[in-house]
Amino acid sequence: MSKMNYTPHTQEDVKQMLKAIGASSIEELFKDIPQALRAKSFNLADGKSEIEVTNHLKKLSDKNATGLINFVGAGFYDHFIPAAVDAIVNRPEFYTAYTPYQPECSQGWLQSIYEYQTAICELTGLDVSNASLYDGGTAIYEAAMMSIRLTGRNKIIMDSGMSLIYRAMLYTYTSNLSIEFVEIPVVHGHSSREELFKHLDDKTAAVILQNPNFFGAVDDHSDVVERVHKFGALAISSVYPVSLGMLKSPGEMNFDIATGEGQSLGIPLSFGGPYLGFMAAKKELVRQMPGRIVGETVDSDGKRGFVLTLQTREQHIRREKATSNICSNEAHCALRAVVFLSLLGRSGIKEMAELNYQKTEFAKEALSKIKGVEVKRSSPTFNEFTVMLPRRADDVVYRMIDKGFACGFPLGRFYKGMENYLLIAVTEKRTKEEICRLADSLEAVL
Amino acid sequence: MQLIYEKHKEGRRGFCFSKPDVPQAKPLDVKYCRSKDTNIASLSELDVVRHYTNLSRLNFSVDTNFYPLGSCTMKYNPKFTERIAAFEGFSQLHPLLPQLAGGGMLAQGSLEVLYEAEKLLAEITGMIAFTMQPLAGAHGELTGAMLIAAYHKDKGSRRKYIIVPDSSHGTNPASAAIAGYQVIVIPTGKDGYMDLEQYKKYLNSDVAAVMLTCPDTLGIFNPQIKEIADMAHEVGALMYYDGANLNALLGKARPGDLGFDVVHINLHKTFGTPHGGGGPGAGPVGVSEALVDFLPKPRVVRRSDATYALDYHYNKSIGYIAPFYGNFGVILKAYAYMLCLGKDGLIKTAELAVLNANYCQARLKDYYDLAFEKACMHECVFSAARQAKNGVHAIDIAKYLIDKGYHPPTVYFPLIVKEALMIEPTETESKETLDVFIETMIEIARLTEDDPIRVKQAPLNMPIKRLDETRAAREPNLRWKS
Repeated sequence: MSKMNYTPHTQEDVKQMLKAIGASSIEELFKDIPQALRAKSFNLADGKSEIEVTNHLKKLSDKNATGLINFVGAGFYDHFIPAAVDAIVNRPEFYTAYTPYQPECSQGWLQSIYEYQTAICELTGLDVSNASLYDGGTAIYEAAMMSIRLTGRNKIIMDSGMSLIYRAMLYTYTSNLSIEFVEIPVVHGHSSREELFKHLDDKTAAVILQNPNFFGAVDDHSDVVERVHKFGALAISSVYPVSLGMLKSPGEMNFDIATGEGQSLGIPLSFGGPYLGFMAAKKELVRQMPGRIVGETVDSDGKRGFVLTLQTREQHIRREKATSNICSNEAHCALRAVVFLSLLGRSGIKEMAELNYQKTEFAKEALSKIKGVEVKRSSPTFNEFTVMLPRRADDVVYRMIDKGFACGFPLGRFYKGMENYLLIAVTEKRTKEEICRLADSLEAVL
Repeated sequence: MQLIYEKHKEGRRGFCFSKPDVPQAKPLDVKYCRSKDTNIASLSELDVVRHYTNLSRLNFSVDTNFYPLGSCTMKYNPKFTERIAAFEGFSQLHPLLPQLAGGGMLAQGSLEVLYEAEKLLAEITGMIAFTMQPLAGAHGELTGAMLIAAYHKDKGSRRKYIIVPDSSHGTNPASAAIAGYQVIVIPTGKDGYMDLEQYKKYLNSDVAAVMLTCPDTLGIFNPQIKEIADMAHEVGALMYYDGANLNALLGKARPGDLGFDVVHINLHKTFGTPHGGGGPGAGPVGVSEALVDFLPKPRVVRRSDATYALDYHYNKSIGYIAPFYGNFGVILKAYAYMLCLGKDGLIKTAELAVLNANYCQARLKDYYDLAFEKACMHECVFSAARQAKNGVHAIDIAKYLIDKGYHPPTVYFPLIVKEALMIEPTETESKETLDVFIETMIEIARLTEDDPIRVKQAPLNMPIKRLDETRAAREPNLRWKS
């Protein structure tokens, strides 16, 4: 049987093509690779049919426990994705194209990205957005680097209520640069303003705050931002986009840059990626932004069209002087986000946020009735909250798996001294019945 | 076409949530709430579907058009890998599950995919180990540069420079710079190879690494690659392999055997995953023995009982570079592709990619000037300098090709070739497709002599004509406003 490799060449084709080239064999085309440099090994299995590979991977997918009722969030959420999102983004005219370098044959992509940029600006309340970054963590890193270039300073103050994952990434990326980091402790659910103001000075390039923070707590950072600006520093927000259907936007709090993880906007959890980093900023910062940006212009007949613009910021033009090294971004995930948002519409986005909030409040009530469980209420929350358990949370999570629940994220994994704390996320997908069963099962395992 | 925001009508809905099944809670204090709604568009589901379906039809794509965009390897993306990535067992798995106590068992399928994909890439490239975490090629480069820095730091030296040739991708110097290095650029000699005299001049014990693409961006394999690597190693520098062009070498040569210490691979190029209009890609990074200890955390390991787990115990690791384990959905598609093609299929891929490029080069070299008179590998680079004398530039050729239904080759790159046209046909294109493309290129060469204005007017058959890019940059309009 012939093996599949998606090539169309018949023996006759190869013969004719070699003749046109003037080569006697395909091997001759590789003559520039000296024999001494040829592959010392290429010990791979024979190819398999589509049927065999599909069956094999179906079996592996069945080994993953996706049947658990999910209350794990921690920055990455189990939201519903309308079928129309998949139907649209699975059009091959979208997913088998590449970066729209040639605008005349890429208007579909360019307009979609322009619409995505608009949606991100609307959500965040800021002026300009780029076409996407890899994920929420790299978006924070890029924003931090922007602030360092813009201020000429090298001190970054960050909220320890910001995901540990993102703080760890920031440390890795800057490990060979001279950047001073200060982490502000969380007190009663929020970043301590007292501590923050103590460290804020005229050497500070930026203050990075997350809202809602890792514990699900919501805050109004307007007062912090005002103070940050007095020192000539930039205020950077890391924000959960679904919450913006309801919560005060970074723009309303006067943040200079907003970043975030866009996974919750119609992108499957998919074991950690591909996801979507978004970034929006005040318009005066646009020339320091990383990544692709699409702009509107006109063609030679005066007709509206869209192009990649402000490209003198980018690596393919500026090379080592570019604002970032990013080339491929997450365009297809950005398309998911704008389609998702457009399907929901402006009232649907509010409703989704409201549903998440309401169900979470209900879950808080349900869990607070369990003896030995203390729901932390020092701060209002959006769709995630913290409970203190009478025993180690990781042990409880383990026991709850048998009951059919991924019941939350044990905070001791990221925060020392919080071994008995559990972080519980409730999205619009969770029903009242599931929440009540969660409470019953939790009571049973404690 | 109208913007989706211009089609908004209050009261329309494209999706409805379930009715709330919980009692109304006390509303959140208004001081935490936004004071005004967004201007996101509200439309019916059909409106949204029709809007984006019609937009999609304005794109050229691999499934609809020949797309010989050099350096991007726009090969056909098999459909079955899309279906596999959509299996709920893969697509709905929360990445934190294996980080819960006992949670490793909840994600055995996905952990096995990561582990096995890593093993395949290691054999294909001749490297010892891989991290699957980098989220794109350039992200792999940055990861690689950080690995290089960690290696030197561990040896107690702090080297300042990374060497790149002037033909390199723009991401190479950009990645080196943001990792904290200064960049030394080595010119390309008249023979199309990196100038060895200049290279030797700049190579010293302050150089941390040499970043090369192989075959290089001119589509040429440098037979002195091993000498270049040996010289770097003599001064203690490492060799970095930009895997953008790996498609040419599958089964023929391996970066590890050529002396490279750090390698990134663009899964979306060589291993057939879709480019998604500019991502998501994936840029796994492989290393030689000397750098294994520095790989990002966590790593996926296979235990003696044949289960898979996340391992965080690497003291010398550079740390965390991605939120989780990489662009899993992309890695999964590439893994399915590799399993399907297997050894012979991958070798054939390289052979036919090189055959197709040489065929284009052979049939076009009488009409366009070759950047360098050499046999090419997976892509061929011409200069439109001859055509430019008649006023027809690379950009004009590109626009005329669009009119004829072709996505243009990469133009004006590599930067060292005047009026560059970089053609990468890939192995999945048939002789018939190449023949009509070649005929079109020949037609353009003739028009350049007879009717250059005709070429310069293009495109005429597209929904829009040439766009005013200067205006876009001078008066940026980057979003719709109500």
